Amino acid sequence: MSNVPVNNGRRRFLTAATAVVGGAGVVGAAVPFIASWNPSARAKAAGAPVEVNIGKLQPGQLIRAEWRGKPVYVVRRTEQTVNNLAKHDDQLRDPNSEKAQQPVYATNAYRSIKPEFLVALGVCTHLGCAPTHHGGDFDQFVEGVPNGFFCPCHGSKFDMAGRVFQGVPAPLNLVVPEHSFINDDTLLIGVSSDAIKGDA
Amino acid sequence: MLMKLATDFMGWIDKRLPVTDAWNKHLAQYPAPKNFNFWYFFGSLAMLVLVNQIVTGIWLTMNYEPSGDGAFASVEYIMRDVDFGWLLRYMHSTGASAFFVVVYMHMMRGLMYGSYQKPRELLWIFGMLIFLVLMAEAFMGYLLPWGNMSYWGAQVIISLFGAVPIIGDDLTLWIRGDYVISGATLNRFFALHVIAMPLVLVVLVFLHILALHEVGSNNPEGIDIKKPKGSVKPEELSKFTFHKQYSEKYDIVDAVPFHPYYSVKDIMGVAGFLFLFCWVMFFAPEGGGYFMEAPNFTPANGLKTPEHIAPVWYFGPFYTILRVVPDKLLGAVAMFGAIVMLFALPWFDRGIVKSVRYRSKLHLVNLIQFAICFVVLGALGTMPATPTANLIGVIASFGYFGFFIALWFYSKNENTKPVPERIAD
Repeated sequence: MSNVPVNNGRRRFLTAATAVVGGAGVVGAAVPFIASWNPSARAKAAGAPVEVNIGKLQPGQLIRAEWRGKPVYVVRRTEQTVNNLAKHDDQLRDPNSEKAQQPVYATNAYRSIKPEFLVALGVCTHLGCAPTHHGGDFDQFVEGVPNGFFCPCHGSKFDMAGRVFQGVPAPLNLVVPEHSFINDDTLLIGVSSDAIKGDA
Repeated sequence: MLMKLATDFMGWIDKRLPVTDAWNKHLAQYPAPKNFNFWYFFGSLAMLVLVNQIVTGIWLTMNYEPSGDGAFASVEYIMRDVDFGWLLRYMHSTGASAFFVVVYMHMMRGLMYGSYQKPRELLWIFGMLIFLVLMAEAFMGYLLPWGNMSYWGAQVIISLFGAVPIIGDDLTLWIRGDYVISGATLNRFFALHVIAMPLVLVVLVFLHILALHEVGSNNPEGIDIKKPKGSVKPEELSKFTFHKQYSEKYDIVDAVPFHPYYSVKDIMGVAGFLFLFCWVMFFAPEGGGYFMEAPNFTPANGLKTPEHIAPVWYFGPFYTILRVVPDKLLGAVAMFGAIVMLFALPWFDRGIVKSVRYRSKLHLVNLIQFAICFVVLGALGTMPATPTANLIGVIASFGYFGFFIALWFYSKNENTKPVPERIAD
């Protein structure tokens, strides 16, 4: 045993310094464990854009595409449907698409690039179920609105621009993904037209 | 000769590890109140089910394949081609439901007899942590068969985390490890389900029992069997020998050693339990669609939501609370709040009298309405959300939360009956 007097201040400093350095080490060591839960490079690559042929799509018809494993609804709206969109604005949560649920180029009355083509994720903004398309018989859910989407899980309702009605659990309009038209017959989901030009 | 050999061997062990001492402290000389009733079966039954889940779980992993392409087929393989694979799987799936039956009964016992009150708050908290981990374990386990209800159930629950302000979307992405629930999600859930959660669960059960033995078991009368040292006449002391850890500090009355008295009683409980368990497992393993839901017999399909998404029955109460709130964030807050209330129960109850037997009529009524609301919420959770169901759900949710609020108000100056000093024969 050494008889040198104990310097308590120095001991406290060393204890604290060791704890801080050790703590920083623990935080640093936690990074790989937490970061490894992020989508892998393979998962990110699988999120590549998909092409959809819309040449044969009839007015009023809906087709489902798959992008990043999620259903994407592509609807060719009739002229009447497009004209009717503005008529029920007062029943919607966000009629003017103020919440950023769509790219800038789709922030308009139709929530789309071309008025007749709606491109939206078929994923309810409540808890992620797939809403069903009701063409013609939607007025059983909202009086006076013939077409729309109804989520069977918890009863959320959306119009033909994917805008959510009031008084349902879903808080936001359906997401409009980045998309662009390669030509009149081909839709590309996942990339905006700006990004394509940027690449060229 | 053989006996001497055994004694010598135990002596050799005991000098190196206190096995005999631990046996006495926790079993053969642990003082348990003499008046345990039916409700005291469920602690040991929970242990039994835990062992069942661990053993059958290990065996299932031997043939299960945790991948998006292989999971569903490997479960079918276990059911059809592996010898007794169907039995192992049904033991595991029936065990999951049985676990919650037993745990809910165990918690109800705690509510009735005030087993969460001082000094058993930490014991109660450990129990609640076990409940929480159990729910996480069950939720992740339900994804593994990779049926369509597995998939969409997980979709709904993981989306709940999206309700967290600002970081919600990144958080769900991080949990899934992909833009949708995929093989990546399945793989991590498998890892957590078979390694991480069971380890945590076993440690928590160990701590739960250690904390129990530190403060001692409560009983249906809510009367303490540990009296201050020297306050009891020698002829009134319990006739049994208890471990010195207990008898040195207290005079122990109205108690019997856990082993053999309650170990034998619990065997009776096990027999009765296994009778019911086996009946379900052999004759109704799907539990009428409540233990295994119909859409789960088709593989996971990310493009097709089942018409009616319902959680497995044991999540029903909390799911209904989530659903009746017409706001995504507040719904999630209410659901987690329902569990937080249970955690905080020892502090909501400001009373001193433990057992419902000696508490006010008001408390009895409150307890009964709570139990009814819990069952109603559970039933609603498995049904489609009609406006009527929603209204009943709102009322039952108020009943659920009201239990705690009312308790806090009336328990301070409650009109209780006098509690006897001793447990009657």
